[in-house]
Formats: sequence, structure tokens, C-alpha cells
Amino acid sequence: MSDPAPDDAADRSATLRTKDLTKVYHTGEVDVHALRGVDLAFYPAELVVLLGPSGSGKSTLLNILGGLDTATSGHVWFRGEELTGRDDTALTRYRRSHVGFVFQFYNLIPSLTAAENVALVTEISARPMAPAEALALVGLENRVHHFPAQLSGGEQQRVAIARAIAKRPDILLCDEPTGALDSKTGVLVLEAIETIHAELGTTTALITHNVVIADIADRVLMFGDGRVVETRRNARKVRSRDLSW
Amino acid sequence: MHPLNRKLARDLVHLKGQVLAIALVMASGVAVLVMALTSVEALTETGIAYYERYRFAHVFAQVKRAPLHLEQRIKRISGVQTVEMRIVKPAILDIAGFDEPVVGQLVSIPEHREANLNRLAMRSGRRPSPAEPDEAVVSGPFAEAHGLDIGDSLRAVINGHWRELEIVGTALSPEYVYALGPGALMPDDKRFGIVWLGRDALAAAFDLDGAFNDVSLSVLRGTDTERVIDRLDALLDRYGGIGAYDRADQLSNWFLQNEIAQLRTMATILPTIFLAVAAFLTNMVLARLIAVERAEIGLLKAFGYSDVDVGWHYVKLALGIGVLGVVLGWFVGFWLGRFNTQQYAALFQFPFLLFEPSPKPFLMAGFVSLAAALAGTLSAVRRAMRLPPAESMRPPAPPLFSRTALARLRAAEFLDQPTRIVLRQIGRWPLRSFLTSAGIGMSVAVLVTALHWLDAIDHMVDVYFKQAQRLDVSVGLAETRSSVVLREFEQLPGVMSSEPMRVVAVRLRSRLREHRGSLQGVPAHQRLHLVYDAHGQQLDLPPEGLVLSTMLADVLGVGRGDEVEVAVLEGRRPVFSVAVADTFETYIGTPAYIDIRALNRLMRERPAASTVHLRVDASQQNALFRALKEIPQVASVSVKQAAIDTFYDTMAETLLIFISFFAAFACVLAFGVTYNSARISLSERGRELATLRVLGFTRTEISYILLGEIALLTVVALPLGCAIGFGLATLVTEQFTTELYRVPLVIKPSTFGWAVVVGLIASAASAILVRRRLDRLDLIAVLKTRE
Repeated sequence: MSDPAPDDAADRSATLRTKDLTKVYHTGEVDVHALRGVDLAFYPAELVVLLGPSGSGKSTLLNILGGLDTATSGHVWFRGEELTGRDDTALTRYRRSHVGFVFQFYNLIPSLTAAENVALVTEISARPMAPAEALALVGLENRVHHFPAQLSGGEQQRVAIARAIAKRPDILLCDEPTGALDSKTGVLVLEAIETIHAELGTTTALITHNVVIADIADRVLMFGDGRVVETRRNARKVRSRDLSW
Repeated sequence: MHPLNRKLARDLVHLKGQVLAIALVMASGVAVLVMALTSVEALTETGIAYYERYRFAHVFAQVKRAPLHLEQRIKRISGVQTVEMRIVKPAILDIAGFDEPVVGQLVSIPEHREANLNRLAMRSGRRPSPAEPDEAVVSGPFAEAHGLDIGDSLRAVINGHWRELEIVGTALSPEYVYALGPGALMPDDKRFGIVWLGRDALAAAFDLDGAFNDVSLSVLRGTDTERVIDRLDALLDRYGGIGAYDRADQLSNWFLQNEIAQLRTMATILPTIFLAVAAFLTNMVLARLIAVERAEIGLLKAFGYSDVDVGWHYVKLALGIGVLGVVLGWFVGFWLGRFNTQQYAALFQFPFLLFEPSPKPFLMAGFVSLAAALAGTLSAVRRAMRLPPAESMRPPAPPLFSRTALARLRAAEFLDQPTRIVLRQIGRWPLRSFLTSAGIGMSVAVLVTALHWLDAIDHMVDVYFKQAQRLDVSVGLAETRSSVVLREFEQLPGVMSSEPMRVVAVRLRSRLREHRGSLQGVPAHQRLHLVYDAHGQQLDLPPEGLVLSTMLADVLGVGRGDEVEVAVLEGRRPVFSVAVADTFETYIGTPAYIDIRALNRLMRERPAASTVHLRVDASQQNALFRALKEIPQVASVSVKQAAIDTFYDTMAETLLIFISFFAAFACVLAFGVTYNSARISLSERGRELATLRVLGFTRTEISYILLGEIALLTVVALPLGCAIGFGLATLVTEQFTTELYRVPLVIKPSTFGWAVVVGLIASAASAILVRRRLDRLDLIAVLKTRE
């Protein structure tokens, strides 16, 4: 085997870097190649949108970057430190300290209020913001003591975002955060992500099917068949509030 | 196969852990029910067949001495079918190699014909031949206990004379199914044996030519035995009759029927608990399955399946679980029933055992259990049937939680979020949480109830044998003797002190009720055989008046100060009226005490005793036994330590085995409840737990949330179970109360402790199984799908 670390592995300027990343799922008798050699880097304060059809490998990449899944081969470095091959405990610690997740389905704990859902994360973080502060960032200062069942879909997603960023993560990974929302509510959610990105300077990766949303990114990665087929840098970023679909 | 049925089969396989856990709980209930009912059936059928085949009598009576020609007058009593007149006498037996004097019951059998009633079931050998007065048949278990064989000899004191008897056969008798020696609490085949001798031989020995001292009758079907008893008593009165009694009051039969009654009690209480818990578990699993399959239900309805089709589909699932439980329970129950009946066969002496269970117990257990399973499905199935198709295809609204009173407490502010999740989950479904706790509690309760028997028996033995009896040996005399006899006994080797007791057969009458029993005359201040209240206090007898056990006072409906008429059934047969001076609590029997001097006075006799209690130097016990065997007037000898040992041995053979069964069943119960609760929690909250893992919670931290809930419910369950166990033990001891026994309600702290430990272990075992599933939680799959 060749030396796994490329020359630029120690490049700590990149928050996340991947090299020859592949992922094969063995489902029954067929092998599904979800990733076929992905080389990428994500930089501090960068907002990257990942576009592509279903099954193109976006979510798989995001899960591996976030330490939810492991690659079949290839390498991932977080700030120059190799994530590949780490065990479950180490990956849990990595998620706990550095990663914030937002999913299409909000996955709030129904038995906890908005503030408590956020506190769930702040209680186990080293330098968190106050739950109320995180909720204020996403414009929910008036819904702090509401239970999920008392919140609209957009509000629930914003609580999920507040929960993801309250620990001041280094990376924010959003998988179709607006997928279940209407346009107007979706814009509110994107605004929240934008605000956080601006205020905290978090490296943010956002998966979407919606081409319009790509306009808010610094950089857009087009996925197809497990590979990055096109990279585009937006000359001019559009503000979320100016989007509509 | 219809696709829905295929789905059903796959659901059952998919839910196998939970299905099995419920089926096991149900099987426990079915097994106990089948065991109890088949044993009841086997004992009843065996008893009936035995009694019929060997012509067990319907009415029994003892007299001092009555002429044989009375037979014709007895036969003329309306309803009487057959009469058998016998000689029945006690004797001391001497077995080579066995130090203690053995108590024998000599019973006459006709020499030239088969007995009309209470026939012998010969086990080996033959009956005594008319020409050989020393030929004897002995009871089978007694011969076995001493390794006696045909051709062996046996020494017996018969009417004060040593006789060498030759064993020519062994037999069983319907009269001695439960062979209790005089004053014994448990059958002891080593220390009590029945010896059948030819009638002429016994008549000659006891000077009863042309006379009898025991009569048994059979009556025609439909005859009122009470009337026969009254007529018989009237006939026998002048011959020293001590009162005839019905088969129901015959000692051996009473114990047999009592055991059957207790088995019936067991068949109601325990299965009810198990089946109720199984119903609850079925409901829980089904409700969850229906919640998960909401969309499928909507789809089925959209395709045109009716509400009834959908409901029936889930009912079939419950029936599937039920059938599995019932079949499992049948097998275990059959095996337990046979085992149990065999245990009884060792305790109750039957010449044959009919364990041929009819379908009835099985059908009944199956019906009751399936009914319980169905009852458990009702609310869940109704919910499935009522789901409108359009609504059911949308995901359910998230459950609404609210801030409870708890949340407003100051202390609640310090709770971390995982703990809040646990508490809110319990608060959101209080009934389900309570029932889960109650289910786990039930397992603790079953254990407390089962283990309580050990405490009760220890306590009974302690009070009855150790605290109340300071004596070592009791000697029964063949005839009442002057108290001077005490001095003779005090001269015997090893005797440290002695105390007389005068026992007379009496009929006690209050205004309305009557009780046949005995009156025991003991010294006002007893030293060896104490009049002892179960609460731990010795009673000194007043110079006049009766001291009754509370049970007897209840039977007679009298209290302190009330007059009781005492009709003595021996000697000059005086009748007198005495006031009740006091009552006291006892666990065994229904004794009535009076100062021995008062009794002697009322009997118009010199100071006399019929039993002598002795305190003995243990090192000289065998010398004492040898001496006692040589004293002609000794009719029985009972050794306290031997009685205690027999008591424990019998209990170990019967009760301990049951307790271990119930411990196993209790574990199944605790396991079934916790496993199902944890699995359902996992299914309901897999998403939550996966989310927490994504947020960076470790496996241990999310286990805290899932298992913390179970742990908290278990913690609530333990004291709850102890309380329910106390209640159940109370109920059971009340159910088991008879005139002969009162089981004391004594539960040692260690019993609660053990029950709690076993409950904890069973819960922990199921928690560990579920914890392993947490490790396999698929984080991505859970989060990518809408619930």
C-alpha cells in the first residue's frame, strides 16, 4: 500500500479534506458504489452546496464527513488529522466536539421543549452558547418553552438548526434542510443557516435538490454517480431572502 | 397463502423476541392452571376409584366395647347398606435396628371372608391364615421405610404383652391414604405403621370375644348421613361411643380433600396474575405494531379491505401469540401435572394412580388464556379499525407533551435533559408506565407469596414445637392412670422432669353449634407442654373455666364469659357446663384446655393422666426408648425432634419444589415485562436515540435514557411488588385456613430481599439483551426516513 497521507494532508487550512474516498454498500446480492473516489477540501467559513440527483452520493459523503459512517477506502482528514479508521468512540467524540447536523426531518425530541432540545447539546459541549441565544439566532426567541408538537414545521427545523449550532461546531452539515418545507418557510430556514454561517464562521455543507438554493453558496459541487462531476464558484452570492421557488 | 396471512407469519417471526416473552408469561399461567387442574383431576379420580374399588366406608364410629349382635340393629338404620365391625387398638412396635418405639395401629380383618368395607389393597404376600394368630399384614410404606419383607418378624406390645408377629403380606388401605400417627402433623412411615391381624387373634388379645370397638358403615346413595350418624350415636352411646362421624371428617380423607381444595385455590390465584400480565403485554405490543403499521393500514383500507378485515388481521396476530403460549403451557403443565401427581403419590398412599388427564383442563386453560389474549387486543384493534384511511397514511402528529407539576418544581431545574426525557416519557403515558411497574411488581409479589411459605413454616415450627413445647418426648398411655404414674416415669433413664396431661374425648356445645374433639387437662402453670398464645405468651390456667383456641371459639361462636356444655364421651360420660375463661391464638388444631385438677374433679376421678410429657437428657435417650418399650401401658411415644424433622422433610419434598417452580415463573414474568417494555420503548424511540447518537451522545449515555426508564419503573415496582406480595400472601393464607391449620402471615425481611433480588436480576437480564440492540442502531437509516 502507498503512503496514505498526501503531501497536503497536514494542510491545516482546510477544515475537512478527502482523498480517493469510496463507499460500497453490500445490500443483498448487489454492491452499490455510492462513492467512487472523491477528492475534496472544505475551508473555514466556506458555505458549500452539494447538488445532484438521488443516489449520486451526496448524503453518503456528508455522513462520512460527519463521522456517522465510515468509508470503504480512501482518507478523510479533519484539520489535518486522519478520521479514517477511527473507532465508534472516537467518532462519537468527534461529532460531539466539532460537528452539527441538520436533517430533512427535524428529529427533535418530542418530550423536550425547544430550549431543552438545544440544552441537550449544550450540556455535553465544552464552550456552548446559551440555549436562548442559539434560539434567538434562528429567530425563535418567543418559542423557547414550546414542545415540538406546538411548533410549525419551519419552526421545528429552526430549533434543529439552533440545536446543531449551539455548541459552536466547526462544521455544519445540512442534509436537505428545506426538503419538507414550503418555499416561504424554507427561506426562513436558509436565512437561519446563513446568519449562523456569517456570525460564527462555521464551515457549512448543504445538500439540496433545489438548484435555486445553490445561489447562496460560495462554491457548488455537482454530484453524479458517486463522483464530483462539476465544481462551480459563485461570483456573486445571493441572499436567501431574495430566493424563491 | 393469502398475502395478509403471509404478512402475519412474518410479523410473528419479526417480533419473535417479544412474541416469545409474552408466550412464556402466558405459558406460565397455562402451565400452573393445567398442572393444578390435572392434579385435582388425578387426585379426585384416583380417590374415587380407590374408595369405590376398596369400599371405603361412609360413616365411622369408635366405642369402648360393644357386642357383635348390635350389627342387626345397625343394619336396620334406614339407608345403611353394609356394616363392618372391627377391633382397632394402638400398640407399640419394636423394629430391630430402630431405637425409637414405633407407634402401631392394630386393625382387625375378618379371617374367613373378604372385609365388607375398607378392604386391603394387597401389595405383596397374602392375608393372615385363620389358624395362625401371629401372622400379620403391615402397611406397605411402613414396611418399605424399615426394609421389612415377607417372612420378617416384628415385635409388638399387644395389650401389655410382647408378641412376635410374622409379616405375611404388605397392603394399603383407603382409610390410610394419609397415614397420620396419633398427634402427628405429617405422615411418618418410620414411626407410624398399620398392622392388620386376624379378628379372632385380636379379640383374644384384647379380651373382645363377641365384641367390637370400631364400626364402619356404607350407606345407600342419596342417604342423609347426618341422620344415620344420629341413629348410630343413639345405639352406641351406652357402649362408650365417642360419636360417629362422616367420611368428610375421616382424618386421611380430610387431608386428601383439603389438598385438592388447596390445588383449586392455586388454580385460580396464580394463573389470573400471569394471564392478566400477558393480556397487558399483548396489548402493548399490538398497540405499537399498529402505530408502526399506520400507513399500511391506510393502504389496506384504501385498497378496499374493510375495518373488520383489518381488525381480524391483528386479532389473528394476538391469537398466534396466544396459541403459542397455550401450546407451550400445555406441555409444561402436563409435565408439571404428572410430576406433581407423582409427588402426591409419595405423600398420599394410593395403590394405583390415575393420571389420565381429560381434555377438560387443557380446553379450559386454552379458552381462558386465549380469552385473556383477546381481551388484551381489544383497545389496540379498535384503534386500528377506526383509523380513517386518509388520515392513517399521513404520519401521526408528534405526541403532545406538557410541562407537568414536576417541571415547575425548583429541583427540576437541576435535572439534565436525558433525565427529563425519561421522566416526561413516564409522565406522558402514566397508565402504561404504571402497568409496566405493576407487571414487574407482580413477579416480585409471586416470589414473596411463594417464599413466604418458608417463613410461615419456620415460624409455625418455632412457635408450635420450640416455644410452646419444652418437652422432648410425649408418652400416650393405653388407659388413664393415676398421677402416681409420673413418679414411675421420672425414675426412667434420662428423664429430667415430667408433666401429666389428661385428654378426654368430648362434645362441646354452645347455644347453636357443636364440636367434637378433646379437652386437655394440664397443670395451671405448665412447664413442658405450654398453653401458648401464638403472639408469644404462655397462659396460666384459671382454677375453673375453659381456655379455648380462638379457632374453636369461632367454631362454637363463643367468647370469654360464655358457657359451653361439655359432654364427655368416655368413663362415666358426665355432662357439665363450664364458662370460657380465656381464648388464645394457635396455628395448629383447635385445642381446648382446662386445669387438670378441675378436669379430674369434673370427671369425678382421682388425679389421673392419659399422657405424660417428658424432658429428657439427650445422651440417655436410647436407654429411655429401650425402657419405654418394656412398659406395657405405653400406647404411643412421640419424639419432638423426629416430628420436627418429618415436618421439614415433608415440606422439602412438596413445598420447596413448588417454590422453585414459582421462582422460575416469577423470573419469566419479570423478564417478559421488562423485555417487552424495553423493546417497545426502543421501537418508539429508536429515532430519538439515533438523533442523540448523531448529536454526539455515547452508547452509554443513550442507554441511560432507554434503560433508565425501565430502571425507574423497576425501582417503583419493587416496593409495589412487596406490597402486592404481602396482600397476596394474606389472601393465600386466608384461603388456606382450615380447622387444622392456620398459616401464619409471617414474612421475613430477607424474603422481601430475595424477591427483590430475583426481580432485579430478571429485569437486568432483559435490559442487557435490549442494550445489545442499541449497539446495532442504524443511525443513518433512522434519520433519513420519516417515521
